[in-house]
Amino acid sequence: MKFLSQLISGVSLGSIYSLIALGYTMVYGIAKMLNFAHGDVIMVGAFVVYTACVAGGLSPFFGVLIAVVCCTLLGVVIERLAYKPLRSAASLAVLITAIGVSYFLQNMALLIFGSDTKQFSSVVSLPSVTLADGSLTISGETIVTIVLSLIIMVCLYLFINRSKPGKAMLAVSEDKGAAQLMGINVNAMIALTFAIGSALAAIAGALLCSSYPALSPYTGAMPGIKAFVAAVFGGIGSIPGAMVGGVLLGVIENLSKGYISSQLSDAIVFAVLILVLLIKPTGIMGKKINEKV
Amino acid sequence: MMAKNLNVSPLSNQKKGLRPVTKKNFITYAMVIAFFILFQTLMSTDNLKNAYQSLLVPICTNVIMALSLNLVVGVLGELSLGHAGFMCIGAYAGSFFSVLTEEVIPITWLRFTLAFAVAAIAAAIAGILIGIPVLRLRGDYLAIVTLAFGEIIKSIVNVLYIGVDSEGLHIAMSSSNLNLLEDGKEILRGPQGISNTPRDSTFFIGFILVMLTLLIVTNLMDSRTGRAIMSIRDNRIAAESIGINITGYKLLVFTLSAAIAGCAGVLYSHNLSSLTANTNNFGYNMSITILVYVVLGGLGNVRGSIIAAAVLYALPELLRGLRDYRMLIYSILLIAMMIFSNGAFFVQLREKIAFRFKRRTAQDAIPGRVE
Repeated sequence: MKFLSQLISGVSLGSIYSLIALGYTMVYGIAKMLNFAHGDVIMVGAFVVYTACVAGGLSPFFGVLIAVVCCTLLGVVIERLAYKPLRSAASLAVLITAIGVSYFLQNMALLIFGSDTKQFSSVVSLPSVTLADGSLTISGETIVTIVLSLIIMVCLYLFINRSKPGKAMLAVSEDKGAAQLMGINVNAMIALTFAIGSALAAIAGALLCSSYPALSPYTGAMPGIKAFVAAVFGGIGSIPGAMVGGVLLGVIENLSKGYISSQLSDAIVFAVLILVLLIKPTGIMGKKINEKV
Repeated sequence: MMAKNLNVSPLSNQKKGLRPVTKKNFITYAMVIAFFILFQTLMSTDNLKNAYQSLLVPICTNVIMALSLNLVVGVLGELSLGHAGFMCIGAYAGSFFSVLTEEVIPITWLRFTLAFAVAAIAAAIAGILIGIPVLRLRGDYLAIVTLAFGEIIKSIVNVLYIGVDSEGLHIAMSSSNLNLLEDGKEILRGPQGISNTPRDSTFFIGFILVMLTLLIVTNLMDSRTGRAIMSIRDNRIAAESIGINITGYKLLVFTLSAAIAGCAGVLYSHNLSSLTANTNNFGYNMSITILVYVVLGGLGNVRGSIIAAAVLYALPELLRGLRDYRMLIYSILLIAMMIFSNGAFFVQLREKIAFRFKRRTAQDAIPGRVE
């Protein structure tokens, strides 16, 4: 039973990673950049929920809604101000700019909210469920996280593969120049990608802080890095890859926390990543790119 | 390795004296020496505030780290996000050695030199280990592996306990499992790290180390080996096709760079009395900070790396008067500098200005290298 409960909370943590990893992987697919500031968007989302619910006294549902709107705007603004001027620049320059944005968001939060850790009140009001004569307890947060992530992923999958803007996004990530010739507004599609990624990050932030209720300006950094690992794990640029990678990462992390060592769980996660990349250099679902001379 | 200094055009040498590369290197050396003399004089005449004096050794550490990372990112052209991991290995190996042999080797300079050697070897072995995946991975995938590697190192040193007694070394994952004898002492104590490291690092030693690193890096870049490495960066496929051993050179650069970073770690750890590993000193934050120095100093530009590391390290400390706003200003400056130096609008603007005033072709005005 211990195994089952570890597995379920691992899937729950993993689906949060998946939501964050989707933002990484979509941005990478379309703009070919590692958006290091993505982890800090999670933190901003969680802080907006915190402010709206604690200071504003709003219900958790509206708090999350406001956070989604704020983060979507934030993502689009960051893209417009910091990344768009560098669209044709070397990838390293864009990476450093993303790091700059990450520092900016962290220090802005530090100035506004201070460095002390805040106690985040859960946005989920579902009671926990006890199964198998009390030997297995699943918290409400876990259930909501898994169900909500599943719904979001299905919606995202349908949006990208069935709707016109989604297909346009795929086209841009496939070949920017050809997409432009077909009349697709490339800039709008990149902005849309950032908007979707940031909205997912806001939801992930609210869910993450509901399960692990400590909120500080640095909350987003480590989940951000882990989700980045998850995205690479699944093959960066691949949307189903990010989903699978995130869940796998969460499960591995939780099982190694439960059975091996809680201090070494991060090291184990990273070691598994290195192993996977050694066996399959482009991740689990990554495409192999042939070299042209 | 770096002895073969092939002169490309010996005739022009005799006419104009020093080669441009040599001249450029001498200016860099002179700059570092002048910096050292200036601050050493200020220090010995008591004109430097204590707060600024304590910055000098960390500046040396950061300069060495920047030079070392510049070898990987600037000269070899591979992105590494885990360079602090090598520094961490060096710092722990060096401190461990110093604490272990403090009573056996009473001569400070000998012990410290040996500590550098031990740390360089330990970090170089790690460099070879991380060099093996390098052979298969490229670009962003390599970056993430190095990042993962750095985090693994940090996690491992935080759970490791090493003690010594008359029976020898004991290694365990917790203090109670060490089973030390009566005369034993714990040297590495998990999250508490290593304490009571002799504080041997001085500004003079830091300066010597910077000069040594500088000599190694500049001579390497100006050698046959260095040109082979840079050809891999500029066009890997072309380099491979003319018979350059890509695997060998990549491994060489990673190992050398790791060894140098390990030495920087020793300098760092012997400047503090207690050594612990956290996100800010050996985690990805540190790796990223060093990467920022290298990119802002100019990829492959040795002098730029030195200046960027020294100035950008000292800047937040000098801005302490602005307290809470200093990191905010730093981040805005970082974004602005990147957009200004790489943004399409500003690059075009510079081209136009250069074209109008210097009558140069637009091609000359584009800085940087071929991606």
